[in-house]
Amino acid sequence: MRKFGERIPQSLFFIMALSALSALALITIFIFVEGVPLIAKVGFFNFIFGMKWAPTLGQYGIFPMIVGTVLVTLGAIILGVPVALCCSIFLAEFAPRKLSNLVRPAIQLLAGIPSVVFGFWGLIFIVPAIRNYLGGPGLSILAGSIILAIMILPTIISISEVSLLSLPPLLKEGAFALGATHWQTIRSVLVPAAKSGILASIILGIGRAVGETMAVIMVLGNAVALPSSILDPARTLTTNIGIEMGYASGDHQKALFATGIVLLVIIMILNSMAQYAIRRK
Amino acid sequence: MKIRLNPRTSQKIAKVVIWSAAILVLFLLFSVIIYILSEGIPQITWQFLTQIPSDMGRSGGILSTIVGTLSVTLVAIIVATPLGVGTAFYLTEYTHESIITKIIRFSAESLAGIPSIVYGLFGFIFFVIYLKLGWSILSGGLTLAVMILPTIIRTSEEAIRTVPPMYREVSFSLGGTKWQTMIKVLVPSALPGISTGIILGIGRCVAETAAVILTAGSALRMPTSIFSPARTMAVHFYILAREGISLERAYGTAALLIILILLINIVANLLVNKFVAKGH
Repeated sequence: MRKFGERIPQSLFFIMALSALSALALITIFIFVEGVPLIAKVGFFNFIFGMKWAPTLGQYGIFPMIVGTVLVTLGAIILGVPVALCCSIFLAEFAPRKLSNLVRPAIQLLAGIPSVVFGFWGLIFIVPAIRNYLGGPGLSILAGSIILAIMILPTIISISEVSLLSLPPLLKEGAFALGATHWQTIRSVLVPAAKSGILASIILGIGRAVGETMAVIMVLGNAVALPSSILDPARTLTTNIGIEMGYASGDHQKALFATGIVLLVIIMILNSMAQYAIRRK
Repeated sequence: MKIRLNPRTSQKIAKVVIWSAAILVLFLLFSVIIYILSEGIPQITWQFLTQIPSDMGRSGGILSTIVGTLSVTLVAIIVATPLGVGTAFYLTEYTHESIITKIIRFSAESLAGIPSIVYGLFGFIFFVIYLKLGWSILSGGLTLAVMILPTIIRTSEEAIRTVPPMYREVSFSLGGTKWQTMIKVLVPSALPGISTGIILGIGRCVAETAAVILTAGSALRMPTSIFSPARTMAVHFYILAREGISLERAYGTAALLIILILLINIVANLLVNKFVAKGH
């Protein structure tokens, strides 16, 4: 056993270590092979900027869904980022140690709750509230933004908190020694010093919002038309795949893979930006 | 015109705002959990847990979806654990930082960011169609394995890195080989950390919907082998709630899911605390 064990390692571990790379390559290749022919057939410009999605008529334009994705994500960021940053400052600076040790697992739990459950909760509470107080069908960009704002909290909070906590204590001591209040220290010393980590957390939050499917399906209304207000229903790139993949075939199915390509490219760009921001420290 | 606040006043305002943000987050978390549990727990009866759904899920229990969830998760963990832990050992013990480790890390970090619906598309075209595994527990489990791989790699790598170098040196100085050091010294010390990664992976599998519905299918029959299609609890909840089949059973399923996730998180936290308490 000992000899056997000594002989396998290096190469075996190397092969195992290639699993992540091969998975990434397979995912990219298979999704591109399925989707690219359709983009070529419809035309890149018509696919990305086409206003009409009507698979039965052979019309595959995803522009309204790109707009839907951008609006829902933007809403989630506007609503979620301030709360998440305050919460990470709370954990890193204000909370007594005992309390932060309780709040941290709670936020981790928030990340673990199935996204369908969030969507359903939104359908029961947020959608009727919007319908009654703000008008419109309730199933709307605003509802999607609110649910996504909650769902991206854990990502932004945990990464920002880590970058705040990993600052050298000297920074804080220096600011205090100069007579700054705790808040002045946070605002003018700590947050600026941690800004690349905070930026990375926001970019990763954007990535989560762009990629979320099931929660958004339940509250967004899923209309394929271009929305004209935040109280209108809309469709995102992910929900387009989630809704239609169940029954699509032929070109229609390929068009959903093509939608997946657009999604994958957006996510890859966001991830690279986040990794760059983290490294820049 | 810029209003200059007295530093003491702005300190007070900031404190109030920051505390209320934290309270808001906790309030949202608990309102979701308490709502689902209060509506769902009364639905969970012995029959609910032990009967197979009938009439599309309108009546009967959810036994086959519990079995579906457990088997898909089991396949994912069995496949992803050795690959993830092996990758972590390669990155920490068998190589120095190089272009290869950079590529491997970049791949893992990229996988972590890919949306679950894209995993669903991939699993469908690769496992279900190309490898002809059909909608099955195997296809679903393999897709989830790829999805949780980065989590397991990252947590295992951190766990192995935090084993003090002295442990290795002592083992080597006693004549231990690299393999013996790994099996007898590193694995036991890093075990709580590695297990945390596996448990977080289990949590993701249990909660996942988009990737599973496209690869394991949504059949309500009791699966008989890993080649059977299966419906997981999360998928069952989604279908019941979205198609308005049975709200009571939807709440019951969601409550059971939340309870599972709570347990998984509690175990993960106990492990993390054990890990920290050991002085790593």
